[in-house]
Amino acid sequence: MRDALSKKIVDIEPSGIRKFFDIVSEMPDAISLGVGEPDFDTPYRVREEGIYSLEKGRTFYTSNAGLKELRDEISRYIARKYNLNYSAEDEIMVTVGGSEAIDVALRCMVDPGDEVLIPQPCYVSYVPCAVMADAKPVAIELKAENEFKLTKEELIASITDKTKILILAYPNNPTGAIMTKEELAELVPVIIDNDLYVISDEIYSELTYGSRHCSIASFPGMKERTVVINGFSKAFAMTGWRLGYACAPKNIMTQMIKLHQFAIMCAPTNSQFAAVEAMRNCDDEVGKMVEAYDQRRRFLLNAFKEMGIECFEPYGAFYVFPSIKKFGMTSDEFANRLLFEQKLAVVPGTAFGASGEGFVRISYAYSVEKLKAGLERIENFIKNL
Amino acid sequence: MREKILNMLEKNSRIDIKDMAVMLGISEPEVANEIAEMEKEHIICGYNTIIDWDKTSEEKVTALIEVKVTPQRGLGFDSIAERIYQYDEITSVYLMSGGFDFTVIIEGKTMKSVAQFVANKLAPLDSVLSTSTHFVLKKYKDYGKVLGEPEKDERMPVTP
Repeated sequence: MRDALSKKIVDIEPSGIRKFFDIVSEMPDAISLGVGEPDFDTPYRVREEGIYSLEKGRTFYTSNAGLKELRDEISRYIARKYNLNYSAEDEIMVTVGGSEAIDVALRCMVDPGDEVLIPQPCYVSYVPCAVMADAKPVAIELKAENEFKLTKEELIASITDKTKILILAYPNNPTGAIMTKEELAELVPVIIDNDLYVISDEIYSELTYGSRHCSIASFPGMKERTVVINGFSKAFAMTGWRLGYACAPKNIMTQMIKLHQFAIMCAPTNSQFAAVEAMRNCDDEVGKMVEAYDQRRRFLLNAFKEMGIECFEPYGAFYVFPSIKKFGMTSDEFANRLLFEQKLAVVPGTAFGASGEGFVRISYAYSVEKLKAGLERIENFIKNL
Repeated sequence: MREKILNMLEKNSRIDIKDMAVMLGISEPEVANEIAEMEKEHIICGYNTIIDWDKTSEEKVTALIEVKVTPQRGLGFDSIAERIYQYDEITSVYLMSGGFDFTVIIEGKTMKSVAQFVANKLAPLDSVLSTSTHFVLKKYKDYGKVLGEPEKDERMPVTP
């Protein structure tokens, strides 16, 4: 019998997070600071719209690009929040989470051999998606001393004549790093001069602390070479609804919709109706969540300082990324021992790329009480080293 | 900053001053002073605990009484309210718009004791025209907290 599987998929390493998840789920008294999703429920007014759409029997497909009403709202929302101008007609597509948008964008934009620059540490799916699209993923190893921002020099050093795409993911999972308007401005001429395209994953854009998010697509000359990816999961605590969106110039979007049409058909209708309410009427709810995250962020940073654990100050998402180098262990060892000795799960930085070595990701999508319980275990752990 | 402190206290009045200071990015004495000031100004009027008495052996009933009154000349509703809220059994008194004047919330040990209170104390007051007593059968949510079982975290323990 012939091998059923493609070599491409078999050769892709399973996510390091998956391994960890299997161990944690076997430990009933373990606590976890390892989740990558909000602890809040979706605001009730949004859930209620979802319920209403079911009551009304709105169980049909929507158009491939997504409900027009929702695309209109997205268009207005990103104009109001990020100064981005995309037409609801032909430049916006509703996807099954930001994840689908990443996959579709890559598959629509690369040919075999094209290089995709992936600054790491980063979300786990960019590399596998690039590989499955026959592109060559090229990691850029970001540095803690630069607060895990991508510098102009690092970008220039990674560009070859095969480089086609740069993936930018700020605010960043797992580091919590953001890039300000001034910092992005440094990159723009390099991107344009080298004729690169950008896939900008801005899924955490609402979760910034102290400054507003800036999208790279808002710079002159960048819209035509950028696919902006965003979604509802993080800002509106809607992970399980599986709803995201992509914005791109018409020539790219047309092809993305084509692929989405054949692979997915359309995003869940029920989720789309609920999401209209999220875009329209949830500024207050989002504001409250952001305020709570910010308080927990300060709380965690202070706790690490008191424990003598080095951690740069992250201004986005809901993660801190402390350095565990001084304990003389790899990230994997640290996370494993912490789990087995103190029954606390954190995610080793290496799950997000080799440059995550020496760090662990700790999520603050937990109540302060739970964070406290977790910190106590970290304290016990390092005391006994 | 005051509003932020109040919002935190309203959610959890037992929160550490130190934690509050860290979470708000200000110093501990600043937080302590603001709280002391607001207590003095009676912006903070007290610190209560939300208790689900149904889970204890203590017998307690709560009733919500709609009260219609005739306001007294020159004194309006305030002096009547004062006559009513002095009773220890009464936990809340609100002046209402609409079909009646006061909502009075009362706690007693038995329905009978509440009924007697209404009949003997509240209804006979000069300015009280009528009362309508509604007993609470079950409390689902109080002061922003859902009573009953504590919520479980159903998220998967580790996700990317």
